[in-house]
Amino acid sequence: MNRLPIAIFLGFALLPLAAVFGAEKYLLDLFMRVMIFAIAALGLDLLVGFGALVSFGHAAFIGIGAYAVAILASHGINDVLISLPVALLAATAFAYLTGSICLRTRGVYFIMITLAFGQMAYFLASSLAPYGGDDGLTMHARSTLFGLTPFKNERLFYYTVLACLIGCYALCRTLVVSRFGRVFRGARENATRMATLGFDVYRYQLTAYAISGALGGLAGFLLANATDFVSPAYMSWQRSGELIIMIILGGLGTLHGAIVGTLAYSLLGEYLSGLTENWKMIFGPLLVLVVLLARGGLLGLAALVTSGWRKQRTERPT
Amino acid sequence: MTAPVLRLEGLNKNFGGLAVTRNLNFEVAAGELHAVIGPNGAGKTTLINLISGLLPADSGCVVFAGRDVTALPVPERAKLGMARSFQITSILPGFSVLENVALAVQARMGSSFRFVGEAAAERALNEPAMAALDEIGLTTCAHRLAGHLSHGEKRALELTIALAMQPKLLLLDEPMAGVGRDETDQLIDVLSRLKGRFPILLVEHDMTAVFALADRISVLLYGQILTSGTPDAVRADPQVVAAYLGEEME
Repeated sequence: MNRLPIAIFLGFALLPLAAVFGAEKYLLDLFMRVMIFAIAALGLDLLVGFGALVSFGHAAFIGIGAYAVAILASHGINDVLISLPVALLAATAFAYLTGSICLRTRGVYFIMITLAFGQMAYFLASSLAPYGGDDGLTMHARSTLFGLTPFKNERLFYYTVLACLIGCYALCRTLVVSRFGRVFRGARENATRMATLGFDVYRYQLTAYAISGALGGLAGFLLANATDFVSPAYMSWQRSGELIIMIILGGLGTLHGAIVGTLAYSLLGEYLSGLTENWKMIFGPLLVLVVLLARGGLLGLAALVTSGWRKQRTERPT
Repeated sequence: MTAPVLRLEGLNKNFGGLAVTRNLNFEVAAGELHAVIGPNGAGKTTLINLISGLLPADSGCVVFAGRDVTALPVPERAKLGMARSFQITSILPGFSVLENVALAVQARMGSSFRFVGEAAAERALNEPAMAALDEIGLTTCAHRLAGHLSHGEKRALELTIALAMQPKLLLLDEPMAGVGRDETDQLIDVLSRLKGRFPILLVEHDMTAVFALADRISVLLYGQILTSGTPDAVRADPQVVAAYLGEEME
């Protein structure tokens, strides 16, 4: 299973070479978006897959990161050295503040309250008249670095996004097996037991929530730069729902499942929407099938198939 | 005489109109195994929950290791050295047996706000955990999933977790509940070895276990201590026989 993430990252890295043969702009755009949403999905998988904290307001973090960049740009502040920290800080602070309230609830209440905060951010963005309100805000140029404009180069920006994705994946991998991660995972298993061991699980969950928010903020920063545009739609609850679908589709609690899920969701959506306008009629049942047939999502399905093969192979000689 | 490890003063707890704990005064002395017995509904589990902090007391106070802990939340009390088991086994089923115990070691050793380094590979955590498993006799299960253990093994694991916490007081809520005769004997054996190393408050229905282990027995009835004394004194007390032991001991 450890080869899979490497294969995925290699695939992303080689894509621009393949894209030379045609439709380069389209392919780069598509896969850039996949990687950006995969970063946010990683953050969400950290919460849902490892902490059983189903956050239904995750799009807000992306939106806040994106708006931070665009608003700064509209005031003439374009440099990454300022806009990136601001985007991360804004998303992290929002996650920390809302998380400190959300995490006092459990289960369905947690889902509802994260949704409520997500919608608050959405409506706030819609009413930001000086920054475009409902219409959103166009960025006239990508962020600059030390006054230079390296990200104007589409490929360079693509590889920057890939580097961010790999970095975030490595960060999450390290996090979940660390002392901190073990306490966080333990809280999912049995919060009362963790408390009686002497762990104040709330503090650990809040920290994880803030980290997850930061990943969302990074995704937002990249998204604003990739599309040169931000709009309240980035924060809509449908977006939050899509993120949840992505990680379930790929397989919860595996991290690379989040990337596989994002990839599958985006590519399938892209393909089906080319076939028919009502593509969600096909997509919906497909998703139901995956969840029904393989509880571990696409990764679980793959594991099922490969273990079946192995079984056949070992059974045949006898 | 040294000060008691745990002292409850005038503790009260009502569930709605039902007074489950009524003006309760109680002590666990240093080093003793103090058993609490009583019929169903006498308030035994409530008592343990009040001590460990899972339930807030309506009035009265809990003094632990010379400190008033009545207002402290569960994790704070645990950090002061209060370990407990549950009537319904409470472990981390998705973790390995070793990790269950290593987490208890982690709780008392250093900060858990460490974001790098693989916790499962830390010898500083695994070695004390293995030592505790060895002592209880669970070494062979160390790498199995805790959720896959037999009921008796889960009970033993809960004791191991408590042991690894190196507690100043161990609260055991019916550790023998639902365990077969053979495994009960093993658990009694384990408890008799732990006894004396730290004070233990044992709530138990299994009278064989109670009379084999306890230094002192308190009988709880309708949320109050009916009587308290040595096993022999309690066994002979006509009040206790009438209220609880009845024909079982005759």
